[in-house]
Amino acid sequence: MFENLSERLSGVFDRLTKQGALSPEDVKSALREVRVALLEADVSLEVARDFIKAVEKKATGASVTKSVTPGQQVVKIVHDELVGVLTGDEDPGRLKIDNPPAPILMVGLQGSGKTTTTAKLAKRLKEREGKKVLMASLDTNRPAAMEQLAILGAQIGVDTLPIVKGEDAIAIAKRAKTQASFGGYDVYMLDTAGRLHIDAELIAQAAAVRDVANPRETLLVVDGLTGQDAVNVAEEFDDKIGVSGVVLTRMDGDGRGGAALSMRAVTGKPIRFVGLGEKMDAIEEFHAERIAGRILGMGDIVSLVEKA
Amino acid sequence: ARLVGRGEAAAPRRVLDDEMLESLEELLITADMGVDTSVRVAANLAEGRYGRRVSTREIKEALAAEIAAIMEPVARPLPLYPVTPQVVLVVGVNGSGKTTTIGKLASQFRAAGKSVVIAAGDTFRAAAVEQLQIWGERAGVPVLTAPEGSDPASLAFDALTKAQAEGADLLMIDTAGRLQNRADLMEELAKIVRVLKKKDPEAPHNTLLVLDATTGQNAISQVKTFRQMADVSGLVMTKLDGTAKGGVLVALADTFGLPIHAIGVGEQIDDLAPFDPEEFAAALVGLDA
Ligand SMILES: Nc1nc2c(ncn2[C@@H]2O[C@H](COP(=O)(O)OP(=O)(O)OP(=O)(O)O)[C@@H](O)[C@H]2O)c(=O)[nH]1
Ligand SMILES: Nc1nc2c(ncn2[C@@H]2O[C@H](COP(=O)(O)OP(=O)(O)OP(=O)(O)O)[C@@H](O)[C@H]2O)c(=O)[nH]1
Ligand SMILES: [Mg+2]
Ligand SMILES: [Mg+2]
Repeated sequence: MFENLSERLSGVFDRLTKQGALSPEDVKSALREVRVALLEADVSLEVARDFIKAVEKKATGASVTKSVTPGQQVVKIVHDELVGVLTGDEDPGRLKIDNPPAPILMVGLQGSGKTTTTAKLAKRLKEREGKKVLMASLDTNRPAAMEQLAILGAQIGVDTLPIVKGEDAIAIAKRAKTQASFGGYDVYMLDTAGRLHIDAELIAQAAAVRDVANPRETLLVVDGLTGQDAVNVAEEFDDKIGVSGVVLTRMDGDGRGGAALSMRAVTGKPIRFVGLGEKMDAIEEFHAERIAGRILGMGDIVSLVEKA
Repeated sequence: ARLVGRGEAAAPRRVLDDEMLESLEELLITADMGVDTSVRVAANLAEGRYGRRVSTREIKEALAAEIAAIMEPVARPLPLYPVTPQVVLVVGVNGSGKTTTIGKLASQFRAAGKSVVIAAGDTFRAAAVEQLQIWGERAGVPVLTAPEGSDPASLAFDALTKAQAEGADLLMIDTAGRLQNRADLMEELAKIVRVLKKKDPEAPHNTLLVLDATTGQNAISQVKTFRQMADVSGLVMTKLDGTAKGGVLVALADTFGLPIHAIGVGEQIDDLAPFDPEEFAAALVGLDA
């Protein structure tokens, strides 16, 4: 199996030594390899398809100079387009956490990393921006979910809303809002129970929580190892709850992270952060170049292309 | 010409040509079967049918039959041995559903009249022990714990000692989630296995790798590494109640041939079902049951 796109393309272009412009046929055969590379990186099929179309336009007729091989030229075009899509057209700016108390709603599938990410972000906001943060678990579903957030809060020195047994998610959200106002918090974070995007009842509950809190940010927390289902998840959560940004977790794994492209392409919302481990500091801002290189299976792509 | 389109009226028949073959491949790819496996399975299907007129339903049924045939040999329930205690170690990446699956399995074994003990081997994650204790209560099974941060291998050792003394039928050991590229954490797992073998050279009798159906092609790397480091004996796939189809299992069956013992279809205690190759294949190709 091919390890990365460059190797794939060198196979395709071995036959082609000519200089000049990339012909439509060259581009077509190269893009077949690009498509496979994207799919193997778990980019959702329809996203890969649209992406290939965009690249095809840009690559056809592109000139190949003496200093580059046709393969490298295509890699560069693909890479630049990937970075472009992953970055988006406008700078999303900083998280919208002005107007205290600013609510942040965390949503996502079961086990995607919401609770851990809630605590990591709270720690970050506290340490880097000097914010006073309150965290509340609205997860009345998973055993010991509230205790999990409370323990993390104690570890990082961030307050958690006291646990009241028997309250539903909406009541907890209201209490968090009140507590955040009266307690002088800058930010309050609502960690929700994991839910399937097709679970109408739980999705409606999340929408009701949203209507109570009017979150400034609604972050969709997605496992970076997600496969083709990423499009369904992104579409449904964005459609039914409305997300303002994405956090990709488990990017410390050896997955290719194609879900990043799917998420970005489907929601058009910025990928804000990347989770890189279980520890409370293991979170970073999103860097489009890094993910692009990873999706293509070539970490060193930037230097490779610069040489070209 | 998308084969995935719904609601064909009078089941029109079309010639099975390259275009149709490609849309079949794509249908499989969107189910996470991976490019190689999808191309191969679609090509097998085309053999003898290429150029003939077929309806969408026919072709999907044939595809499902092809996949079910691949999956048939790996659809095997968790084997029970005439040893006590039978030690079942449960491993997997973070958040895949290990702890929940242990709760569900424990409940099933209890219902079958077995005496079960659970060891809370995730001594790392916040409230992992509390979570498992609640599952233990639900299943009516005692949970052995150790303080947060303590060595999971020594807990496993103590738990086996205790399960032996009590004459329990089964000991299920939960472990912390770990990504397979973390050599240090994988070594910790290997140590748990080594320590168990000191008490019982045959233990663990089963090592279950819990996979999340939402996961894409990385599941292959998960199986490869976990098998190397912890001698995985079988798989459980969770979260098949969502829209993810878990098609990577087809590639896994092909490559590793590990049995698939059960699937998770929800968060409740009864949401664990046997792996049914036909149902799985039908869902994978989008055939209504
Ligand atoms: N390796 C790694 N593990 C992570 C990361 N983020 C979260 N985890 C782990 O993933 C598992 C699940 O994380 P949680 O925060 O409990 O996920 P959740 O979305 O709150 O889960 P539910 O509330 O059950 O839906 C835990 O073992 C976390 O430690 C990450 O970026 N990298
Ligand atoms: N929808 C659905 N959710 C599931 C299923 N199995 C587990 N879950 C949920 O997935 C989340 C993670 O499950 P856990 O059992 O905590 O996973 P884990 O592998 O023990 O996680 P760590 O110990 O943090 O690595 C929880 O919210 C579970 O309720 C399933 O089959 N379907
Ligand atoms: Mg949670
Ligand atoms: Mg667990």
